[in-house]
Amino acid sequence: MTATTDVAGKPRVSPWNDPGKRALLIQIILLVVFAILAYEIVQNTLANLRSRNISSGFDFLSKSSGFDIIQSLVPYSSNSSYGRALFVGFLNTLLISAVSIVAATIIGFVMGIMRLSKNWLVARVATLYIEIFRNIPLLLWIFIFYSAVLKPLPGPREALTIFDSFFLSNRGLMMPRPLFGDGAWLGGVGFLLALVACWLVARGAKARQLQTGETFPVLWTSIALIIGLPLIGFALVGFPIHWEYPVLQGFNFGGGIAVIPEFMALFLALSIYTGTYIAESVRAGIMAVSHGQTEAALALGLRPGRVLRLVVVPQAMRVIIPPLASTYLSLTKNSSLAVAIGYPDLVAAGGTVLNQTGQAIEVVGIWMVVYLSLSLLTSGFMNWFNARMRLVER
Amino acid sequence: MAADPANLAYVRTEEAPLLPPPANEAGVRGWLIKNLFSSPLNSLLTILVGAFLIWLIWDTVKWGLFDAVWTGENREACTGEGVGACWPLIWDKFPQWMYGFYPIDQRWRPNLVFLIGGAALIPMLIPSVGGKLWNAMFLLIFFPLITIILLSGGHVNFLAQTYAAVIALLLLAAVIVPIAAFGLEDGLQRNRPGIILAAAALLVWLGGFLVDTPSISIGFARVNALPFFSMLLAFLAGVVSLKVALADNSGAGRSALKGWALIAGGLLLAMLLLDIDFGLEPVETSQWGGLLVTLVVAVTGIVASLPIGILLALGRRSKMPVVRMFSIVFIEIWRGVPLITVLFMSSVMLPLFLPEGVNFDKLLRALVGVALFSSAYMAEVVRAGLQAIPRGQYEGAQALGLSYWQMMAKIILPQALKISIPNIVGNFISLFKDTTLVSIIGIFDLLGIVQAGLRDANWASAASAPTGYFTVALIFWVFCFGMSRYSMFIERRLATGHKR
Repeated sequence: MTATTDVAGKPRVSPWNDPGKRALLIQIILLVVFAILAYEIVQNTLANLRSRNISSGFDFLSKSSGFDIIQSLVPYSSNSSYGRALFVGFLNTLLISAVSIVAATIIGFVMGIMRLSKNWLVARVATLYIEIFRNIPLLLWIFIFYSAVLKPLPGPREALTIFDSFFLSNRGLMMPRPLFGDGAWLGGVGFLLALVACWLVARGAKARQLQTGETFPVLWTSIALIIGLPLIGFALVGFPIHWEYPVLQGFNFGGGIAVIPEFMALFLALSIYTGTYIAESVRAGIMAVSHGQTEAALALGLRPGRVLRLVVVPQAMRVIIPPLASTYLSLTKNSSLAVAIGYPDLVAAGGTVLNQTGQAIEVVGIWMVVYLSLSLLTSGFMNWFNARMRLVER
Repeated sequence: MAADPANLAYVRTEEAPLLPPPANEAGVRGWLIKNLFSSPLNSLLTILVGAFLIWLIWDTVKWGLFDAVWTGENREACTGEGVGACWPLIWDKFPQWMYGFYPIDQRWRPNLVFLIGGAALIPMLIPSVGGKLWNAMFLLIFFPLITIILLSGGHVNFLAQTYAAVIALLLLAAVIVPIAAFGLEDGLQRNRPGIILAAAALLVWLGGFLVDTPSISIGFARVNALPFFSMLLAFLAGVVSLKVALADNSGAGRSALKGWALIAGGLLLAMLLLDIDFGLEPVETSQWGGLLVTLVVAVTGIVASLPIGILLALGRRSKMPVVRMFSIVFIEIWRGVPLITVLFMSSVMLPLFLPEGVNFDKLLRALVGVALFSSAYMAEVVRAGLQAIPRGQYEGAQALGLSYWQMMAKIILPQALKISIPNIVGNFISLFKDTTLVSIIGIFDLLGIVQAGLRDANWASAASAPTGYFTVALIFWVFCFGMSRYSMFIERRLATGHKR
């Protein structure tokens, strides 16, 4: 017995059977293998780049691009640099993602609640929508909206129109553009004031309810404030706003805001397709609230609308938010399918840059960094939001 | 003590006749009132939604059946006002959608692959059919081999060096046979010469990277000196280790040896089979296309992602910091970027990473990208399953003296994978849908070939795009919907009453 134990009383084990040392060995082997692999890849890449006469580095970003981009939020021309082209693409990615996320959330919540409706037909229609749209690839939906729905629309001369100010044709949707004159900033000031006032009202109302139990119609007051204050601001300076209407010039429209068909197809496909996933999360979230909660709320005498708003939704949101966050992330990543129909997002613009310069590693690196940071930012924000919404227990 | 029931006038002697249920509660009328017209708002919704549904169905039926063109040779048949679906387009293009540009006289080969795959898959999917182990082995080992040989024509023409390298690696791996048989400590002690030889082989091989050595002549060929010596050392190490395992009279040595022989023999047999010229005409992967490529990409992604994903998930939960860090970085990078950038990367960057002159096929590059991408997602699914297993299961397994791999393989993973099945199938479905993205990098999968077919001037008409997309959407829908229903069926079957 004494032969196998040392002074401290620890059993003496051979280094092979000591988990700590074994783990160390495994990790060292892993690191060495990884280092060899990385060394090989770097050597091969350098050799390949040399033989193809490509110089690595980000110098190409400042060179003139020489290609046009059909939609850009910041001034851009074919004389602008490659870097600016990528930036335009990045802004377009942000635009399509933000707009589609809002639409997909609305569609998803409506359909998720419809699916739980007591009305048999309504519930079935929501199920039909979900089963049809989520079982067909997104890329196919983008093509369907692009070439089977938007392409057959009439040309600009026979465009569908509402009040001669909105025109829908195979060149896209044309909308009037607001032009602000002098003193329009007062409207903006009114809007900011309204926001501050709303926050104060909400705080005051909550304090009063906690003290006295009396409620205050916060929602209606806020709506009145947000609409009223900017209007008053505008009225003070005599409504310095006029609209630039789209007008048919030759074969296309001029003036106004043009929503290109690529944007519309991508927007429709992304929001309707992603809406199915949000609808399923919403349904799962509502189903996760136990029936006893609803019954107890009804027994307390709350009306059905208030049961939903005050009891079911706050509890369901805790279940809905985490999957919602990952759905938003995948929507942002899916917006890269824009490249298939030529909407100039980050991947499409980067693809053109890649083809022209051959700087594959740099362009792919930029893509990865941008998407990774978008992912991290979104998940960080959602984690913070989730922590705020979490059930605080004793 | 009870009173005589016969004398009590008010006790019924027979059951009262059953009254019919209230008219508002029963029958078609009751159902309608309860489910469709329970309140004015509900009635309004029913009417609106019903009208929309009727309009939608009527329009689709009118487009697909009444206004449709059923016969024709080219676009002439489908031009004109108010024409619905252009079905002759489908009759004309359908073979191409299935096989792509696969040579027409060779199409029996993909057909045979579909047939064998279906015949092996169906008994696998029906729970009551036995022999699941053999069935799975066939599907995972022999079927891929058959598929490669049939579709590409086999006859890979391995070099003699490749055979030598594989045999050397297998013999090097034989060093662990005594360890597997007698345990770590005893195995190391008995096989000291083998271990030393193997370490020397590895060192010499690594040295080959650092210094350039002259090539030497070995009678029939000229080889580089250091790799050649390392190969010789590996041969020796393997032979010595196998001798140690054989020398033992207990069954342990022999059974470990048998396992090694099975793996080594199987690998060499597979190489030989790929090498043999079966007289099949070689078909380049650029000629493959349509549903064939979609299935090849999806099935490869599915089969490769499960083992890699499980390893990554275990790595992410490992206590070793280096292993954990590698797993986290790998998983988060793939999950953070869109698949299309991964595909671009595999098509433009992967060739840069490989030594000059080494060039592999476009389809294979896309397959590598898809497999790595989906294994990162699979890893997270498996990790969620692992986290759901109570700690007591781990502790119980450890208390029984199981090693890490025994604990994982026998206790944890079977439970974790079972509860992850719905998510795994969900992952499969999204992978199947994501395969359409390979069309963007110029591989003609089902969607890619349909897109190409719609550009055909012979069939250019307003009706062709809706018809083509409708049909391909239907094909995808059948696959995805089928998979999701099957997963629900399996989920119900596997539910063993742990849920409240």
